[in-house]
Amino acid sequence: MKISPMQVPSVVSALEQGEITHVHIEPYQGRVPLNLKEFWRYRELLYFLVWRDIKVRYKQTLLGATWAIIQPFFTMVVFSIFFGRMAQMASNGYPYPIFSYTALLPWTYFSGALSLAANSLVGSGGLITKVYFPRLIVPVSSVLSGLVDFAFAFLVLIGMMIFYGYAPTIYIILLPLFLLLALTTALGVGLWLSALNVKYRDVRYLIPFLTQFWLFATPVVYPSSLLSEPWRTIYGLNPMVGVVEGFRWALLGDKPPELMILASVIVSIILLVSGVIYFRHTEDTFADLI
Amino acid sequence: MTVRRQRHLSIQVENLGKLYRIGQGAQASYQTLRDQISRFAAQPLRWLRFFRSQDAIRRDEETFQIWALRGVSFEVHQGEVVGIIGRNGAGKSTLLKILTRITVPTEGRVDLWGRVGSLLEVGTGFHKELTGRENVYLNGAILGMKKTEIDQKFDEIVAFSEVERFIDTPVKYYSSGMAMRLAFAVAAHLDPEILLVDEVLAVGDAAFQKKCLDKMEEVGRAGRTILFVSHHMPSIVRLCERAVWLQDGQIYREGPAHQIVSEYLTESLGTTPSREWPDFYSAPGDEVVRLLAIRIRNDRGEVTDTFDIREPVGIEMEYLVLEGGYPLHAGFSLHNDEGQWLFASLDTDAEWDGKPRQPGRYRSLAWIPGNFLAEGTMMVGPSIRTEDPEILHLYEPDAVAFQVTERPGLGPSSRMGFVGHFPGIIRPFLQWETKLVDPSPWNGRSGLQMGILR
Repeated sequence: MKISPMQVPSVVSALEQGEITHVHIEPYQGRVPLNLKEFWRYRELLYFLVWRDIKVRYKQTLLGATWAIIQPFFTMVVFSIFFGRMAQMASNGYPYPIFSYTALLPWTYFSGALSLAANSLVGSGGLITKVYFPRLIVPVSSVLSGLVDFAFAFLVLIGMMIFYGYAPTIYIILLPLFLLLALTTALGVGLWLSALNVKYRDVRYLIPFLTQFWLFATPVVYPSSLLSEPWRTIYGLNPMVGVVEGFRWALLGDKPPELMILASVIVSIILLVSGVIYFRHTEDTFADLI
Repeated sequence: MTVRRQRHLSIQVENLGKLYRIGQGAQASYQTLRDQISRFAAQPLRWLRFFRSQDAIRRDEETFQIWALRGVSFEVHQGEVVGIIGRNGAGKSTLLKILTRITVPTEGRVDLWGRVGSLLEVGTGFHKELTGRENVYLNGAILGMKKTEIDQKFDEIVAFSEVERFIDTPVKYYSSGMAMRLAFAVAAHLDPEILLVDEVLAVGDAAFQKKCLDKMEEVGRAGRTILFVSHHMPSIVRLCERAVWLQDGQIYREGPAHQIVSEYLTESLGTTPSREWPDFYSAPGDEVVRLLAIRIRNDRGEVTDTFDIREPVGIEMEYLVLEGGYPLHAGFSLHNDEGQWLFASLDTDAEWDGKPRQPGRYRSLAWIPGNFLAEGTMMVGPSIRTEDPEILHLYEPDAVAFQVTERPGLGPSSRMGFVGHFPGIIRPFLQWETKLVDPSPWNGRSGLQMGILR
């Protein structure tokens, strides 16, 4: 094929105007940059992946969005019967159903987002072995797409609060922050697990155990008021403690989480930052190992 | 000056290498935690290195290391169309994977000026639950297009894919051909400055393939740089100016495409004018028939890859019919080294025509007459098909090749002593009849003889 300069207007003009993107590829020496700029450039892809996850999730299911409600709602019913009624578990004076549901709401989001994120890379093997994009987008999109389920489940909470006659406190404006705390924790742990999952497929079997143990390490079925200081603050090292206590405080006017929220935030940030670093370090090998 | 030169470079690859570590077992590319734990337990010191990661090189003394690519350097200028050829495992796909940034090189460096698009990724991220329209957007985003860009090109993409009527139908109801066309349409409209193509031409029906080739040529004319990886030598010669021949992860030869392809064929295919598949489980074909061998013979019965232009060429196919009842036709396609399809032929033996075959081993022999083909490399693609219902049991493009040359002093040929470039894709030795109709058309008026000439 002969190509004369006359026939190449678009590229040549782009070259002359310096619009051509330059990509340099070289193995990293030493420190791996986090490349958050690159991540930002691909934000539209993130949007489309979240959009795809949501669309696909509700498309082929019979009950669609109802599933987002069924899971926390029936867990709440079961917990109310076994822990609330039969075991007479303390609930800080709140009706047990609403006491457990305020915790199950962020918990269901957290555990769902965590396991989706942890399995996300292996599940997107087809994409990863064929196209370049910042791999960070994959677990991030899993964590974000779970928010839609959270929104549906939240509608049930509104219904329950009306039913039991509870008005939220003014601190409900802080609720998004507690949700963000759940998100960063899920993402932090999800990044670690998704990257490890590429290399060690054992992770897939670990996740159900992890979320189950974590559930009982979090004051979902019982109140954290069973503990006194300084144990409460130490308990906050589990970031989900901060989230759950924050939800109860903002929605029901329960005891404020005080220092324990600080411990939760710090641990959550450590998890997220270390997760991103580990993820970036192993990212280059994903395509070869999946 | 250097800046200017650099700007017109499209791809610069320097001393590129990619090391793959292959686990001791046959596959085991990922490890189980148990392996890792036992290894850690044996050598506790390694725990310290765990967080430094990337120390795998030292850890895996006991695993194989394979350089899929090593010491590869080349440059491609803007607007060039370069073919990458080589056998399976020569490193072609690894090279493309590095250029598309799917995998990271172990050593060396690559510079790319321009947006890179590849047809490696046709259909990547297609989700069968989503409609055609939704998939165009999703796939476009995956390939790196902006939403506004997809909006602009949407109609064009849909028109190119020829699935307008089903664009709002979930892709799971598409035929595989339709899904592929839609996927290709998106990839083809990415408008990259650098296009990497890996054998997508095998996709779709003949008409669509032609469209794809046209699109590639169009892309090439728009000043795009194309790197074209293919086993289909005719396409390489037809589309590329230059070719790079990879062998064992290194550049073996590089030069004008037709020359490299011809050398490649002579060295890798031409030297074997016969191919045999002794193990019929792995032989080409389906559950009805398997190809066992294809050989090229001269009229003395010898298997050879060099023919004089005057010699007849025998194409011999041996195949095993496993399931009876199919009225099969053996056949073959013949391409020249410029990728032109000269002709196709089907078994014309009247004894078997239209008759269901019984299981057994068959041998079919076809003769291409001498004084028919032009000089050059000819590639034979054996096929076996059933006409009714239409089934293509097998087709092995370019399975064997042979060279047609013209040696002097072996009697008359179409050249009739002409030694320059003789055009034409075939060179039949036609029957000419020349008669002296009238020995004296000027009726004795000798003056006219000179007058006609002046």
